[in-house]
Amino acid sequence: MTQDFAAETGNSFPDDPEFDEVPSERERIFVASPRQLMWWRFRRHRMALLSSVVLILLYLAALTWEFLAPYDPLRHDVQSAYAPPQLLQFFDEEGLHFPPFVYGFKSGRDPETFRKIFEVDESVKYPIRFMVHGDPYKFWGLMETDLHLFGLESNESTVFLLGADRLGRDVLSRLLAATRISVSIGLVGVILSFVLGVLIGGISGYYGGTADILIQRIIEFIRAMPSIPLWLALSAAIPKEWPVTRVYFAITIILSLIGWTGLARVVRGRFLSLREEDFVQAARFAGASEGRIIVRHMTPSFLSHIIASLTLAVPSMILSETSLSFLGLGMRPPALSWGVLLREAQNLQAVVLAPWLLTPGLLVVIAVLAFNFVGDGLRDAADPYAR
Amino acid sequence: MLFPFQNVYNANRPAHCKLVGPTLTVSGEMIAFIVRRILLLIPTLFFITIVTFLVIELPPGDYLDAYAANLAAGGDPVDQERLEALRKQFGLDKPAPLRYLQWLTNILRGNFGFSFEWNVPVENLIWERLALTFFISLSTILFTWVVGFLIGVYSAVNQYSVGDYIFTTLGFIGLGLPNFLIALVIMWYAFDQFGLRLSGLFSQEYRAAPWSLAKFLDMITHLWLPLIILGTAGTAEMIRTMRANLLDELNKPYVETARAKGLRERVLVRKYPVRVALNPFVSTVGWTLPNLISGATIVSVVLSLPTTGPMLLGALMTQDMYLAASFLLMLSVLTVVGTLISDLLLAVLDPRIRMETQ
Repeated sequence: MTQDFAAETGNSFPDDPEFDEVPSERERIFVASPRQLMWWRFRRHRMALLSSVVLILLYLAALTWEFLAPYDPLRHDVQSAYAPPQLLQFFDEEGLHFPPFVYGFKSGRDPETFRKIFEVDESVKYPIRFMVHGDPYKFWGLMETDLHLFGLESNESTVFLLGADRLGRDVLSRLLAATRISVSIGLVGVILSFVLGVLIGGISGYYGGTADILIQRIIEFIRAMPSIPLWLALSAAIPKEWPVTRVYFAITIILSLIGWTGLARVVRGRFLSLREEDFVQAARFAGASEGRIIVRHMTPSFLSHIIASLTLAVPSMILSETSLSFLGLGMRPPALSWGVLLREAQNLQAVVLAPWLLTPGLLVVIAVLAFNFVGDGLRDAADPYAR
Repeated sequence: MLFPFQNVYNANRPAHCKLVGPTLTVSGEMIAFIVRRILLLIPTLFFITIVTFLVIELPPGDYLDAYAANLAAGGDPVDQERLEALRKQFGLDKPAPLRYLQWLTNILRGNFGFSFEWNVPVENLIWERLALTFFISLSTILFTWVVGFLIGVYSAVNQYSVGDYIFTTLGFIGLGLPNFLIALVIMWYAFDQFGLRLSGLFSQEYRAAPWSLAKFLDMITHLWLPLIILGTAGTAEMIRTMRANLLDELNKPYVETARAKGLRERVLVRKYPVRVALNPFVSTVGWTLPNLISGATIVSVVLSLPTTGPMLLGALMTQDMYLAASFLLMLSVLTVVGTLISDLLLAVLDPRIRMETQ
């Protein structure tokens, strides 16, 4: 506490001679609400702050990918199979260009391997245009439009900022499209696990006794099983003809069936330690009902911890979905997720030919690290009164 | 836990005033603990068989329908009489609880069913792969421990040194990187730069050969890659735990006292803080094995190791349910038993664990 105080005010100790001269600063700390203190504490974790910006951008991209992506993720053109990424060019012999442009490609065949090769053709320039009309889509299933954030003048030629895949589909568009399922499945899965975890962990911690022992045994049992083989087995039973949304929820449920145990442990631990706290006893003696004690007195004091644990649980959900889809037992094409895209990278030759197929992996790592940092920051901020 | 400075403290004291730590004798209490843990294993194993049986039953239609469909798809004539005979043999015409009992008794007799994909009894397929899986997982644990311990101690003792920063950063990245991505990137890099195909666990000439010393040695030379890939996350975790625990201990007054008494730094660190810090370190081992087996499944698919992963995946894809279920069952059972053994060893080492579970 002293340290916090020192960091926030520049004052080190209450008996500091300058102490009386800045009463407003001191008062600021004393009268700050817990929420304010938490924010101050969280703000000090630079990486967490930065990571929350990254996460916000990621989720915004997931919400609006149809607009951000230059092309329909399923639009293919075999002529540009494995076309390499085109660099945005800002300068040419005439000087600065804005908006930037890309050079075209000359494609030919390698005389020895007959493999298609692409060569940058500096004589052809395609200027990038913003707010262009391109492939039509239905925004959030409501609005029929063909507006894209950027693209080329004519929708006939294509620009591949992150290269193209085996069928000449734009990797950037596919990546943006895949983000929706990948990042949302983490959230939905965690919410589902949270409901299960709070319900079961709460019962276990609040009532104790036989219920507690039984629930703890079940949790131990689930955690002792190797999870990926179990997930694989369960998701192998999802019928192949199911529509995408149903598969999505089935996968989420399968992941949550195991994921709730960690959260249930956290909730139980909190309940157990709070049950005997003075303020809970006081509320009980004052005649508050059990429901009121749980909702009004106990929940606020562990909510921040729960939020921190929830944040730390999201990346493992994202990773699990990615692994399942990567192995071919999770989301299936035409649905797109990072795991589905990474399946293309299973073929070593393809990766050597087109290393940009690994970009979904980069996004996975960024998302996972960002969630971990934010979770760490939240965990520190969860208890602003601790040192 | 040993009382710190037990020896120093006791040096000049009369016998009745000496402080003694717990000794490593197997007491009645210890035996009771072991028996209790083994008894608890029984319901767990029972649950595992039920879950596994559910997995067999989950796909729509019974298992022979899938087989018949496969045969028909392959253009083979479907022999109805043979199907009926098989249905009888596996008890598929009976209700579910009876099927479960029959399946269970068959397994207890060592009969795991028949793999239609491979056309051999399941037990001919699983054992070698299971053994390899556990061999790799246990080696990984050992690797994780040694590396994690050494780096953790180094990082704590040399806090905020360049080495500490490097290891801490590497550790953080290691925690965030999924195993299979590391595998993909390493394989791509090796192939792209050196033309090396880093897959499999054996050289070409030993792949189908029977086990021999030469084959074993060949495997050891291929083992490093799966070890590193599987061990990254675990090692990172260990470094973090060890570093944090040891730092806590190093700041305690007794360390300062020992230093003041003139104990050499190396001896001091090794004798007291490291031992105390090691305690939470070892107690995580219980969760390591399930995680490793889990992670190994997917890494072995990427690296095409001849372990359970690829075959389990293949069996699930083709709905070869007896094979898949046998893998699931044996992986779970062996994991649970392995965890139990590590728990028991821990309890022998650390009396607090015995107390906790009472």
